[in-house]
Amino acid sequence: MKRSSSRRSGVSSSSSSPGSCDLLRSGSSKAVSKETERIDQLFYTYMDKPSGMIDPEGIESFCSDLEVDHTDVRILMLAWKMQAERQGYFTLEEWRKGLKALHADSISKIKKVLPDLEREVRRPTSFMDFYSYSFRYCLTEKQKSIDIESACELLSVVLGYLFRHQVDKLVEYLKNQHEYKVINMDQWMSFLRFCNEINFPSLENYDPNLAWPLILDNFVDWMREKQNGSLGLKSF
Amino acid sequence: MEEKTLKDMKEEEIRKMEKKTLKDMKEKEEKEEEMRKLELMLSNIEIKGLSNETLDGIKCMTLYTDIYIVATDSNQVFNAKMYSKYKEFHNDYLNDIVLPHLRLHHGEFLLKEFETSWAHYSKVIHNRLHLYFRYLGRYYVAREKLLNLNDVGNRCFIDLLYEEMRSRVMDAVICLINKERDGAKIDRELVKKVVNVFEELKLYEDIFEERIVAGTKDYYSKKASLWISENSCPEFMLKVEECLEKEENMVRDCMKPATEQKIVSEVEHKLLVLHSTQLFDKEYSGLKKLLEDGKVVDLARMYRLYSRVHDGLQHVCLAFKNHVTAQGMALVRQTEIEVNKHVVKNDVGALQNQQVHLIMEFIKLHEVYLSYVNDYFQSNSMFFKVLKEAFEVFCNKSIAGVSPAELLSIFCDQTLKKKSCDNDKSTEDTIDDVVKLLVYISDKDMFAEFHRKKLARRLLFNKSDSDEHERYLLTKLKQKCGRHFTSKMEGMVTDLTLCQDTTASFTDYLRDNPDMNPGFDLTVTVLTIGFWPSYKTCTFNLPPEMLRCVEAFKQFYQTRTKRTRITWLFSLGTCTIVGKFEPKTMDLIVTTLQASVLLLFNSANRLSYSDIKDQLDLPEEDVTRLLHSLSCAKYKILKKEPDTKTISKTDYFEFNSMFTDRLKRIKVPFPLVDDRKKVIETVVSDRRHAIEAAIVRIMKFRKVLGHHQLMSECAEVLSSTFRPDFKIIKLQIESLISRDYLERDSKDHSVYRYLA
Repeated sequence: MKRSSSRRSGVSSSSSSPGSCDLLRSGSSKAVSKETERIDQLFYTYMDKPSGMIDPEGIESFCSDLEVDHTDVRILMLAWKMQAERQGYFTLEEWRKGLKALHADSISKIKKVLPDLEREVRRPTSFMDFYSYSFRYCLTEKQKSIDIESACELLSVVLGYLFRHQVDKLVEYLKNQHEYKVINMDQWMSFLRFCNEINFPSLENYDPNLAWPLILDNFVDWMREKQNGSLGLKSF
Repeated sequence: MEEKTLKDMKEEEIRKMEKKTLKDMKEKEEKEEEMRKLELMLSNIEIKGLSNETLDGIKCMTLYTDIYIVATDSNQVFNAKMYSKYKEFHNDYLNDIVLPHLRLHHGEFLLKEFETSWAHYSKVIHNRLHLYFRYLGRYYVAREKLLNLNDVGNRCFIDLLYEEMRSRVMDAVICLINKERDGAKIDRELVKKVVNVFEELKLYEDIFEERIVAGTKDYYSKKASLWISENSCPEFMLKVEECLEKEENMVRDCMKPATEQKIVSEVEHKLLVLHSTQLFDKEYSGLKKLLEDGKVVDLARMYRLYSRVHDGLQHVCLAFKNHVTAQGMALVRQTEIEVNKHVVKNDVGALQNQQVHLIMEFIKLHEVYLSYVNDYFQSNSMFFKVLKEAFEVFCNKSIAGVSPAELLSIFCDQTLKKKSCDNDKSTEDTIDDVVKLLVYISDKDMFAEFHRKKLARRLLFNKSDSDEHERYLLTKLKQKCGRHFTSKMEGMVTDLTLCQDTTASFTDYLRDNPDMNPGFDLTVTVLTIGFWPSYKTCTFNLPPEMLRCVEAFKQFYQTRTKRTRITWLFSLGTCTIVGKFEPKTMDLIVTTLQASVLLLFNSANRLSYSDIKDQLDLPEEDVTRLLHSLSCAKYKILKKEPDTKTISKTDYFEFNSMFTDRLKRIKVPFPLVDDRKKVIETVVSDRRHAIEAAIVRIMKFRKVLGHHQLMSECAEVLSSTFRPDFKIIKLQIESLISRDYLERDSKDHSVYRYLA
């Protein structure tokens, strides 16, 4: 999977809401280094000594300190801010990067800054990036696709609060169908486009002759059959 | 004295003046006298005498001289007056003589009068006047650039008689023409003469043609409504054809050629165009009925008539298409019903017969309607096109789950198996028909695969009637569908031809190496992989007799080429076994596998199912089938314990020494596995690869392409072989995306980009 570095710079340059400051803001280097120190300290509290990274256990305790469930979307958002590469693990670099960008160096500050982070993510320009990041984040080393179960969970987490109905129906469909066992990036991205562009639940502006992936064509057919009930008589 | 002189002078002057005045007065008087004379002369120039045939020569001279004198008068005053006088003479004649005469007459007589009046006027009267006034014309008229004397005559005629000509004269002409249209005989010469008059007056287009065309319009409008309600479609068309012929005839005879087109198009419009819907839709004789009843003469006439009219054939064409489609669909439905009956009864033979029958019906249908297009529709390309479209509709309908491609291959198979001395058609003609039908079938690759399978069977089991016919079909297919379509099949046929060489060499080899000779007559057919359909190879324990055969050939083949590796396909072989039965010894023609089963009974009288299976080392389903064919089918070569209809693993088998048959040589049938599904699967998977290859090729060339374009280009490229399902194309595109051959454009999701 290609990862262009431009994505990363895109993230940092688009952040301008209060509370997410650019690392390059001028200020007394002393204040900055103090901040870095506190960030690092925070890291060490959760770090797993042998690996030098925060592992899933560490993340669990981090989450409980934050009083946020570890399946909460905000953790995913934090991971995004950090551009964490591996699900369940944070490196020092990533930790620093994320927390510095958030200008938060303690648990309480992080807590305070979470709503702002949410707002930032929800902006259309960043959301697309966040959305595609969340898919990549769930991939393991050599994989290019996620199995259906995990994809459904991820969908609920990432898109659920924005497009509740669509996600519910889509998840129901994905769990019921047998043709696809995994979801790839192309299909993943198309789900977001689908939610944004297609009227729900009417689906009247969906055209299977366009370049929508086949999985969505099948989903729409399934929806329409359900809507027509037992009178599923199609004329063509 | 001086007083006197003055007085004298004055008197003289006065006298002089008086004299002068007198002189002047006299002159003036003379002049006036002259004028009066001239005036008189002018007015005396009578025209009354002009209409006489013969004129007094002296009178003529007098007239001419008088005019000459007036014309040459130095005053020039009279020229203008003369000119108007000239005109006046013409007008007077026309008003006093011509018009009243015309008004007296009607109908044909009017026309006669009209014609003669003009003739007389233009030839006699006018010429005379012109003659007399010629001096005027030469100098005055030319100098003053007035309308020359010749044209004045025509002008006067036109000015005065325009209305008369336009209305009464033309009414009479139209009336006359309509009489002819109604069937009477008229004086065409008269019409011609009238036409000439108008031509000479240069009013042909303005008056004559215009009114004739209008008259035609009216006449045929009325007739059309009448005829359409009174007549059936064929009758009406017959009338129309006759009318058109008559009109063309008449116009060519009497009128100017340019008028023909105008009149004919009016007739066509009124008779053919305005009421066409009514005509076609007539319930008992309309277009649909004509097609159904096969009324070809009428259809040909309809074609002839409507091909004259712009866009006139659309309707006919469409009706033809619908008719052919309906006929085809009826055949399909009928066959479906029949086939389903046989499916229920599991009557395979009857089923196949029905399927073959359908293809024959299609061929007949095609012949009939092709001849329609060629013979009755003058090979019009529009009709060829709709014939094709119609056939494409019903030739692609499956019958009880069997695709038309398969049906066609079944038909082909039967045709090539049959003996050539068949009923009416030669095999080659039938082959031509098959290829013609193939054009309409969209799943050509399906046909190719089925045909290949069946061809293999025919070639290997020697069922084909003639090699030449097989080659003929392949040549035709190559012409229609391209080399790639038939390359494998041609390879197959070639293989068999080469086999003869191989067999001859093998015989030589055995002669030269007698110790290798297995002692049996062995024929080995070597098939090149790739040309032939793939066959399942199975491990199998050969009986020792056969082992010797295999070894011998292996050794022989090694001498020919070291490189090739042989894989034996025992399931395709045949064997003739001698069965020493008690009633009589018989020859049994069986498959190699059946023979192996039977040979086991040479060393043991009674064997169990598992014995047989173990000894042969074959999969269970094959063993079951083999045993069934030898013990439960038509010929019970083996006795089965228990004597049930099916084979079970606990059965025991014994050599049936009492077996016999009327014939000395029998063929023990071994039913083939239904590999239809496999063929279809092969085709489907080949298609996926073909689609993928096409997509990659297209994207490599285009680099960037929109979704729709990619889909349509893909379908286009593959159209000669099959019609790809759009869903499958989409699937392949997605597969290529996930394997990083393609990507979606980040800005426009319906555009794909090729990734090198």
